[in-house]
Parts: sequence; C-alpha cells; structure tokens
Amino acid sequence: MLRQASSGTLAVEAVDLVKDFGETRAVDGVSLAVPTGSIFGLLGPNGAGKTTTLRMLLGIIDPSSGTRLVLGRARPLEAAQEIGYLPEERGLYPAMHARDAIAFMGALRGLPLAEGRRRADLLLAEHGLGDWGRKSIRSLSKGMAQLVQLLGTIIHKPRLIVLDEPFAGLDAINQGRLEELIRREASAGVTVIFSTHVIAHAERLCEEIAIIAKGKVAFYGRVDEARSRLRPIVRLRTRASDGPWRAAIPANARREGGDYVFELPEGGPEPLLKALIDGGAGIETLAIERPGLHDAFVAIAGARTAEAMGQEKPQ
Amino acid sequence: MMRFFRSAFVIARRDFSATVLSKTFIFFLLAPLFPLLFGGVFSSISARVAAQNQRPVIAVIAPKSEFEDLVGARDQMARALGDDRIVKLVGYSPERNLAAQQKHLLASRAPPVRAVLSGGLDHPKLAGALANDPGTVGQLQLLIANARSGSVDKEPDLPVSNVAASSGAEAADRTDTAQIAQTILFILTLMLSTMVLSQLIEEKSNKVIEVIAAAIPIDAMFVGKLFAMLSASVLALLVWMGAGALLIQLVKHGGVQTLPVPAVGWPVFLALAVVYFGMNYLLFGAAFLMIGAQASTAREVQTMSLPATFAQVLLFGFAAKSIGNPNSLWGIAAAVFPLSSPMAMLARAAQEPDLWPHVAGAIWQAIWIAIILRFGAQLFRRTVLKSGPRLPWWKFGRA
Repeated sequence: MLRQASSGTLAVEAVDLVKDFGETRAVDGVSLAVPTGSIFGLLGPNGAGKTTTLRMLLGIIDPSSGTRLVLGRARPLEAAQEIGYLPEERGLYPAMHARDAIAFMGALRGLPLAEGRRRADLLLAEHGLGDWGRKSIRSLSKGMAQLVQLLGTIIHKPRLIVLDEPFAGLDAINQGRLEELIRREASAGVTVIFSTHVIAHAERLCEEIAIIAKGKVAFYGRVDEARSRLRPIVRLRTRASDGPWRAAIPANARREGGDYVFELPEGGPEPLLKALIDGGAGIETLAIERPGLHDAFVAIAGARTAEAMGQEKPQ
Repeated sequence: MMRFFRSAFVIARRDFSATVLSKTFIFFLLAPLFPLLFGGVFSSISARVAAQNQRPVIAVIAPKSEFEDLVGARDQMARALGDDRIVKLVGYSPERNLAAQQKHLLASRAPPVRAVLSGGLDHPKLAGALANDPGTVGQLQLLIANARSGSVDKEPDLPVSNVAASSGAEAADRTDTAQIAQTILFILTLMLSTMVLSQLIEEKSNKVIEVIAAAIPIDAMFVGKLFAMLSASVLALLVWMGAGALLIQLVKHGGVQTLPVPAVGWPVFLALAVVYFGMNYLLFGAAFLMIGAQASTAREVQTMSLPATFAQVLLFGFAAKSIGNPNSLWGIAAAVFPLSSPMAMLARAAQEPDLWPHVAGAIWQAIWIAIILRFGAQLFRRTVLKSGPRLPWWKFGRA
C-alpha cells in the first residue's frame, strides 16, 4: 500500500501503524506517505480510526506497533514547532482573550508571545475579527471560536498542518473560507493533512487520499485513481423501445426513469455508439459520466460505510 | 533541554496569570484569616471549658489554726506549680454531728465539694468521690506533711542571677521553634498542594489538553503547572509572612527579635524554610498532580482530596518524630523518606547547627520530585491519553 512519492520528499511517512485500546484494535496496520506541499485527505466514517491515526502521527499517543516519520523525525514532538494541529474536539481556555489564545497556541509551538500577539492582531483583522481580539473566548460564537483556534493552528507558520474534521460545525460560508485557506497554505508549500467524513471536501481539495474503514486503509492514492477503479457510467435514452441495438446494452443495465444506466463496456464508447446507430436505436440523449469519489468510495469501502459517512452532507 | 524548559515556562506563565490575575486570588490571600478566626473561637471555648474544669474543691473540717497551716502549705505549692494545678481548700469549723456535717458538705453545690478532709492534721481522714483522682489524694498528703512540719514559713533563700541563655533553655526554645516551623510548613503545604489535584481538570474539560499534548512533552506540562502553582503560592506566602511579621511586631513586646533563635541562625533558617517549603510543595504537588490527572471530573477530585489530606496529616505526624531528637532512628527515617523529608529537615535546622545535611537533603528531595513528575507524566500518557504499547507492570515507567 505504501509507496514513495513520485517527486520530492515526504512530509509524513507511516509504516504499519497499529493502535490497540485494551482489547479493541482501533488502527490496524495503517501505512501512509504524504508528499511535501500536498493536500492529503483521510476519509472514513466516524470511528474508522482517522483521529487515532492523526494522534499517532502527531506524537500525542504512541502506536502499539509500527513507525512514523514526520518532517524527517521519528519522534513527532521534536518537529512540533513546525506543525500546526486543529483537533476534532476544539479546545480553548474560555477566559482567555482571542488574541491571547492565538498567541498562546503559537507560544506552545515556540513563537515568542509578543510576536504571537502581533500576528494574532493581523490575522484576526484579516479574517474580519479585528474587534474581537480583546474579547474573551466565552463571549465568541462557536464559529468564531473555531476560527480563532484555526488561526492559532497557523500562527507560527508551520510546514505541516493537520486538521481533524475541520469542516464540522461550520456553515457553508465558513466551509468555503476554510477550503480557501487550505488551498492558500498548500500553494505556499505547506503540507496539509485533514480528516473528514464528508467526501465532497476531499474531492474538491485533495490530491491524494486514504480511505480508512475499520482501522485499515481500504484505498490509498490519487483521487483520480480512486475514480478510475470504476468504469464510466453511461446514461442512454432512446426513441426506439426495442430492436437489434438492445444486444449492445449490457445485461446488468438498470432503468432509471426512461434511461438505461450501465457501466461503459470494456470496448469503449465507439462500438457501443456504432451498435446503437446501426441498430436504429434513435439516440435521444447519451451521457458518459466519470464516476465521483462517492461512487468510488462506495465501491472501495462498501455501501454501509458510505452510508455512515453520508449522514453529514457538505454544505 | 532548553525547549523543554521553554515549553514548561509557557504553561507556567499561562497558569500563573490565570491564577494571580483572577478575582478569586483575593479570597486565596485571605485564607489564613479563617484559621485565625477558628483559633480565636476555639480558644475562647477552651478557656470556658478549662474554667469549668478547675481543680476540685476540698472541704476541710478543722480548727482555724490547722486550716491556716494547710492554706499556707497550699500557697507555697501553688507558687511552685501554679494556682490552677493545686486543689482548692475551703475551711469549716467542726460541728457536733461530724457525720451529718460531712454528708451535708458532700451534697453542697456552692461550692461543689469533691471530698471532705476531717480529723485535723494529726488523724486526717478523707471522704469523697476520689476513685479516679489519685492526684488530689497525693496533693493533700503533701499539703498535710508540709503543714505538719511547719516549714511553710521557713523557705530557704535562693538568690537567682539571670543569664541570657542556657543550654537547657536553648534546647527547649529550639524544640519550640522546630515544632512551630514544622507546623506552619505543614499547614501551608496542606492548604496549597491539594489545590494541585484539580490542576488538569480545566485542560481536560475544555479539551485544551489535546492542543498542549500535540505541542509539548507531557512532562513539561506537569513541570509548568507545578511551578505556576508554586509561584502563586510563594507570592501568597510572602504576603502572609509580611502580614505575620507585622502582627508579631505589633502584638508581641520586643517584636520578632524575641523569638527563639534556631540552631542555624535566623537568616539561614529562613532561607532553608523557603527551600523546604518549595521542596515540600513540589513533592506533594507532584504526587497530587499525578493523582489528580487521573480524575476526569471535579467530583472525582473532591473524592480524592480527603485521602490526600489524611496522607499529609500522617506524614506530618511521622516528620514530627524528629522534633527533640533529629538523630534518632525515627528522626533519620523521617528525613530520608521523601514526602516527610522537608518537614523533618526544617525541624533539624531549628535544632542542629550543621549545614551539610541540608545540602544533601535538598538534592535528595529534588531527585524525588523529578522521579514523581516523570512517573506521573508516563502514567498520564498511558492511562489518560492511552499512549504506547501495552507493557507488563514491571516495565511501567521505563517507556
């Protein structure tokens, strides 16, 4: 499953990570290789082992077995000053002012407090929260507090940003802003790893993904590769209801409304088109669709897992 | 290493500011007033109880001259031992029906008579409820003997020339200093270190712990938290010491200069008191931080605080064994056992002039603080963060 990036160095490399909690195996042999400067998505339903994998990569917990190399270091905490982390369960001191909370998170990563405060003021102003810098966290809305924590994650200009379910709880506008921020950081050469159970975000943002189900990596690679595991889907509507052209339609084609829906046969579109035209099908509409990541996910991780992930729709 | 201490400093700075700059710190500074108020209330109650428990009244049925001899003997003994410690005598002239008079006196409530002494000095007889009071009988025997000998008015002259100090008085004073210093150290640590039990609840309940654990070593967080509380406590201690010295200066004639001088001298003793307070606080604090880190709710912390307090009281009792004889087996054991060591060593400083044991003691205590913190951080990583492979118990703490 693990493979070397085609070009450049790896920001994160994990080999056979295993984590047991008592008798329960939460992560079972996960291997990853995240190229520097890429956006990497960790997909899977709740409880699949995404957070545990990220916590092992960050050094919050040690694996039961397996190794990880983060920014070239076997002990991730040694690289902590170059990493930014937004945990799934957001955590801030309620009595702290917003700018102090951001500066504190920077200080934890080695940024001097005064510089942290200066940068916090700039970042807050940039994100339309300039007036809220000296307000306590408890007086902010949930979305604002989440943004404050996100700013605290990037205040020290990390080389690697790890975001655990960053879109959870954000409205559509803030989800868009977050996507924009992730793209901006990646274009500046920062590696971004994020976990999500909303496929659409991964589809829009990621170059590479790992699909985790029941603690194991069910798929690892480029989004295109995931899609290419499935044949393109053909949607066909004909004027004629029957004729010799029917022989060109695969036996497992299903009917949706007036359409035939089936996977593009191995031979490609030309033989199909020829058979339809020669057979007098009278093509009313014909669409050959590339499968989405969701379809690929269903095929890879199973319908039940996809259903579990589909409980939260992207906005 | 520098990064470790810088990380610890970030945590310490945050915790210190959050503690000292909060309104509740004012109440924290006022905390010693409550024991003083309690002390005042309980001492007045004790005085009242003591007044009710005065020495028993003995009714003496005797001719006036014999009674006066007995009173003279009593006054002589009261001068030596204190008036409150000697039985009180009330005289009655003998009546014709002695048995009836005796019965009447034993039933008397004003004054409440414990026993009746009759028969004069030549054939004394005592009747009363004295089964559990051999002291009263013994005192009366001495009083009768003195009254009989007629030595009451013939006390020998004993010229007294006072000197500033003697070894016996010095030893007694230093024992007092040791006891007082150890008690203050114990009370301060008791008040302050149990607060550390709840130090990690905030981070665990608002999930900041995840951000911290991803950024710095858990050991650094423990050290930072402990030193933040120590700094806040030392700040409070300075305020309390200043207020206490001012109070002594105002209340006690001659001020603080009249307090008994410890064996190592006041400047060294005060310096050692600060060092041992720090060590005692850090030792108990590290242990409590480790225990408290396992709790996930404030209720669990409250449940833990009672046994933690009792453990401290037990260790205080153990350390108190060193008072009076710091070189005894108990004294040395209390000085060696890490959690009683600072209290025992402070008592030693009051009683013994050698300084090298304090250097050794401070190093020994510092080593144990590091051991407890290291173990606590490992325990936290394993049991709370669920980190690392499963290890057999004998390998625990090595990871």
